[in-house]
Amino acid sequence: MLEQDLYARNLPDIQSKLKCGKAAIAGLGGLGSNIAVMLARIGVGSLFLVDFDRVEPSNLNRQHYNHSHLGQFKTDALASQLELINPFVSVRTCCEKITADNAANLFADYSLVCEAFDRAEFKADLVCSMLAAGKTVVAASGMNGVGDSNLITTQRKLGKLWLCGDGLDSPPELEAGVGFMAPRVMLCAAHQANAITRILLGLEEFT
Amino acid sequence: MFINGEKFEFTGEITISDLLKTHGFDCTRVAVERGGVIVRKGEFDSTKVVDGDKLEIVTFVGGG
Repeated sequence: MLEQDLYARNLPDIQSKLKCGKAAIAGLGGLGSNIAVMLARIGVGSLFLVDFDRVEPSNLNRQHYNHSHLGQFKTDALASQLELINPFVSVRTCCEKITADNAANLFADYSLVCEAFDRAEFKADLVCSMLAAGKTVVAASGMNGVGDSNLITTQRKLGKLWLCGDGLDSPPELEAGVGFMAPRVMLCAAHQANAITRILLGLEEFT
Repeated sequence: MFINGEKFEFTGEITISDLLKTHGFDCTRVAVERGGVIVRKGEFDSTKVVDGDKLEIVTFVGGG
């Protein structure tokens, strides 16, 4: 298989930019696993995948894993899938919990960081620290339930932050972490993946 | 002072933490920019804002 054959249906004249593209993905759940798969499919050259968690059955309603991956670290399960989808992508993994103390060091080599966590506090912490470090950040907030697809948007915020989602909290009657399902989570993941693609292609303006 | 483009009358000075609480924001779930510069989380208690400052506040909700 030739690498160029994989991209025969991509837009013409973008491949070298994507091949030079590097993105770090923080969190490999419903958002991060699907974002990584999309970016690998189109040929983004280097992906850095960070998560400390293992695949469990409750992940399979929205995350890009299957039964054979249960119990595996998400970093390993996802890297093996990306290798099968597009072996020409350089994939680095780190199986570590991202904290306020290690984030700057972990992502030192990446100017583009994708926030794909589940907890609001962790999202805020990572976005703050990465923006303060001068990085471009693509984050997500709000993709619960089966609400209107068209409420999910990509908005520019705070200079170098692209924020995807509907911004709405999950209904209070649901337990924390309940109500997240493939269609809407993947819609939001696709917003993030397309924002990353546009940034890598130089189609987004930086102020 | 402007918060997310909306004008608020204000005199004196107030820390970012107190301002967020006053306006009903959860300090643990926000990112704050003052005059185009990101305020680090650890500086919410010590950074003071005064009238005329422009703040942008982004709130995060859970899920992913």
